[in-house]
Amino acid sequence: MSKFKIKRYNPEKQAEAYFEEFDFEIPEGATLLDCMNHIKWTMDGSFTFRMSCRSAICGSCAVRVNGHATLACQKQAVDLLKKDEVVLEPLGNMKPMKDLAVDFTQFWDKVNKVNPYLKSPSTPPEKERLQSPEEFKLIDDASTCIMCGACYSDCNVLEVDENFLGPAALAKAQRFVSDTRDENTLERVKNLSEYGGIWDCTHCAECVERCPKPAQPFYRIKEIMTVALEKGVHDNVGARHALSFVDSVKHSGRLNENKLPVESMGFFNIKGLLELVPVGLRMLLKRKVPPIFHKSIDDVQDVRRIFRKLNQ
Amino acid sequence: MIKHDVVIVGSGLAGMRAALETCQGLNVGILTKVYPTRSHSGAAQGGIAASLGSTEPDSWEEHMYDTIKGGDFLSDQDAVEEYVKAAPGVIYDLEHKGCIFSRTPDGKIAQRAFGGHSKPRACFAADRTGHNILHALHEQLIKHSERVKIYSEWFMHSLIIEGNRCHGVVVSDIQTGAVEVIQAKAVIFCTGGYGRVCKITSNAFASTADGVMAAFHAGIPLEDAEFVQFHPSGLYRQGILFSEAARSEGGYLVNGKGERFMDKYAPSRMELAPRDIVARAEQSEIDAGRGVNGEGYINLDLRHLGAKRINERLPQIRQLGLDFIGVDCVDEPLPIQPTAHYSMGGIPTDKYGQVIIDAEGTPMEGFFAAGECACVSVHGANRLGTNSLLEAVVFGTRSGKAAYEYAKNASFGSIDEGREKTRVLKVFEDIFQRDGSESYNDIRNEMKEVMTTNCGVFREESKLKHCIETLKNLQFRYKKGKVTDRGKLFNTELYEIIELGNMLEMAEIISTAALNRKESRGGHFRSDHPKRDDENFLKHTLVYPGKDELDIKYKPVVITKHQPTERTY
Repeated sequence: MSKFKIKRYNPEKQAEAYFEEFDFEIPEGATLLDCMNHIKWTMDGSFTFRMSCRSAICGSCAVRVNGHATLACQKQAVDLLKKDEVVLEPLGNMKPMKDLAVDFTQFWDKVNKVNPYLKSPSTPPEKERLQSPEEFKLIDDASTCIMCGACYSDCNVLEVDENFLGPAALAKAQRFVSDTRDENTLERVKNLSEYGGIWDCTHCAECVERCPKPAQPFYRIKEIMTVALEKGVHDNVGARHALSFVDSVKHSGRLNENKLPVESMGFFNIKGLLELVPVGLRMLLKRKVPPIFHKSIDDVQDVRRIFRKLNQ
Repeated sequence: MIKHDVVIVGSGLAGMRAALETCQGLNVGILTKVYPTRSHSGAAQGGIAASLGSTEPDSWEEHMYDTIKGGDFLSDQDAVEEYVKAAPGVIYDLEHKGCIFSRTPDGKIAQRAFGGHSKPRACFAADRTGHNILHALHEQLIKHSERVKIYSEWFMHSLIIEGNRCHGVVVSDIQTGAVEVIQAKAVIFCTGGYGRVCKITSNAFASTADGVMAAFHAGIPLEDAEFVQFHPSGLYRQGILFSEAARSEGGYLVNGKGERFMDKYAPSRMELAPRDIVARAEQSEIDAGRGVNGEGYINLDLRHLGAKRINERLPQIRQLGLDFIGVDCVDEPLPIQPTAHYSMGGIPTDKYGQVIIDAEGTPMEGFFAAGECACVSVHGANRLGTNSLLEAVVFGTRSGKAAYEYAKNASFGSIDEGREKTRVLKVFEDIFQRDGSESYNDIRNEMKEVMTTNCGVFREESKLKHCIETLKNLQFRYKKGKVTDRGKLFNTELYEIIELGNMLEMAEIISTAALNRKESRGGHFRSDHPKRDDENFLKHTLVYPGKDELDIKYKPVVITKHQPTERTY
């Protein structure tokens, strides 16, 4: 007998969510979605969740299983058992509406914010625009995104800053940044470098873990970062932070934690620099201040050789 | 009351393409019971047909002949001609709109072979073609969001018809349960198919006949409903689709004795014969006890293609095998069986997407339909693979254009809002008031079982009669169903019950049309009438709602260039 512990919520009935347990034997070969339907169709018809294609392409049935977002139709239920128990909850970083159905409004608003459509003002040719298989490859992975929201649910940045565009919208943006047919790359990377964009990603790669497709947003975000730096879009905290980081490691083999925040903020950004003062003071009180004189590591020559190899 | 110049129901390929056409100057609303990107069009894998000639010389004439022959000469040839002529332009337009396609080494849109097509004609994006086009069109809707309002998770209940004119639709917001009337000068239905009436189906949970039944309830006949396509490669027991692209890339079909058997059924085309022929071949092998391990499936063997080609051309299929049955098609064959896949029939329209209500071509003014819910009919008795995405885009565009022209000069009709809303609220109330003991789940399962067993790949009179009787009994039991959720908010149980009601009626229409067609043609095969009978049945079925029983009429097939001949492959 397996136990399905499900977070129930119905604001028509009571204000607070609660857990309810359903016990039954998982039929052979049943996916998690099959089990959810078993509960809905034979145990409690009011159990609410979304589904449609049940073949991992429409993206409707993403839910949180044992604490992590996943596509319910894509997983064999037995593989999710932990001590004969599966815990089901609605996706995170979105407001629950009823049981496992959450409000996707903000998710879609953010996708819309990245201007997710080809901008190609010149007149197209009579036939197709040519694009090599290699150029196709640059955008192929991002195009597999099914907008299921699994990455958005488990994004650690969104948990603390709802202004962040989030992994799905940024992966969608990469698809246009790297599309050789799009004529708006510079403007796109400038917009994406603003607050809430690519540089606010903390590189935890949780979205890569949760993505049910090859879209893997974090890698796409890194690709946009590369294009932004190549296009000389440095005039923002994130890019300066990345460049200062590289610069420091290249010269001394380690991070100069005194220079990094100042260079990131920009030398003439008085307001930004003043904002750093309380952080510095707190560090001082907690004795977390790095040494004032920055020293290179012993084998710094090796580090520089690596950089030369990488053509930097 | 909500008001739009044009309201479109359904936001798959046909719906979104129609929206892009109508929003150039008119105020448009588009309604979907899911989200636009969740539409079933996105599940289409293999490709979209067009005679681009990227790799081999090709022509619209050849595409036309292949389509008509594939459809066993039941297609209306005037519609087919315009459809295949439009195809290359439609693909280039999608490409210009940003759609991502796989490419040839010299940068052109790549094409591959597909069943029943005499040339490599399928433009594709790996095995995610529908998905890529769906998302490209959604991107365009976002671009035009000031002129198109998207109603996601809204359900369409009924059409508002006065005399011979359509004035709008009655809908409800699934999230809140609120019932609303949308008044419009023109309504376009792009509501998809109804494969969910069968137990083994590739269709999404959402493909439940809501659109076609709303039209039917408004007095509009359904055309050629008996022609349900069974796709040859559905995952055993689940019906999930393994794209025909798997065979077009060189996959073999192998029976339980380890033999490739297609040489017995279609020696010149083998695995790339049209779907009706391949599905029947498979079912024949299974019925003769030559399934794998004596069970109800045969094998789709891709091992000889190698990991590189599989990963490049069929990555999604490989992943589906891994996720759903733990089989890696690089090392092991995939167990498959025929699966209900596509509805060739539907709401009758002319070649502009205008809905017509009889054999004389009388229009239902202000009402248009496109995509799988419509019957133009370009596919006739059997659709060729990759022709459905093309149909959705071509006739989505054309119905959008026609609705635009109509709505530009039309005025809003008068609607009794209260009366229309009350009708739907009464349906809700009726369901909530039921205190029966019947399980909707049992009714649904029994419907699916009886349809797959008796109205599937092979049909015959006694089975079909049994099927119809069972369905009538299920319709009776349906009225005594047991309800759990009587809330307004996000009541998915309520909508599943309404969908089931639609499917029970649709299933009866399919099996009744099948019973009356005493011949075998395309996807419709009668074991008791195994030959095609042009003398008596070279005609389209029209099923009307009758007083007590369904009313069946027929209309002639439009034949222009190609006289029917025996179909061999």
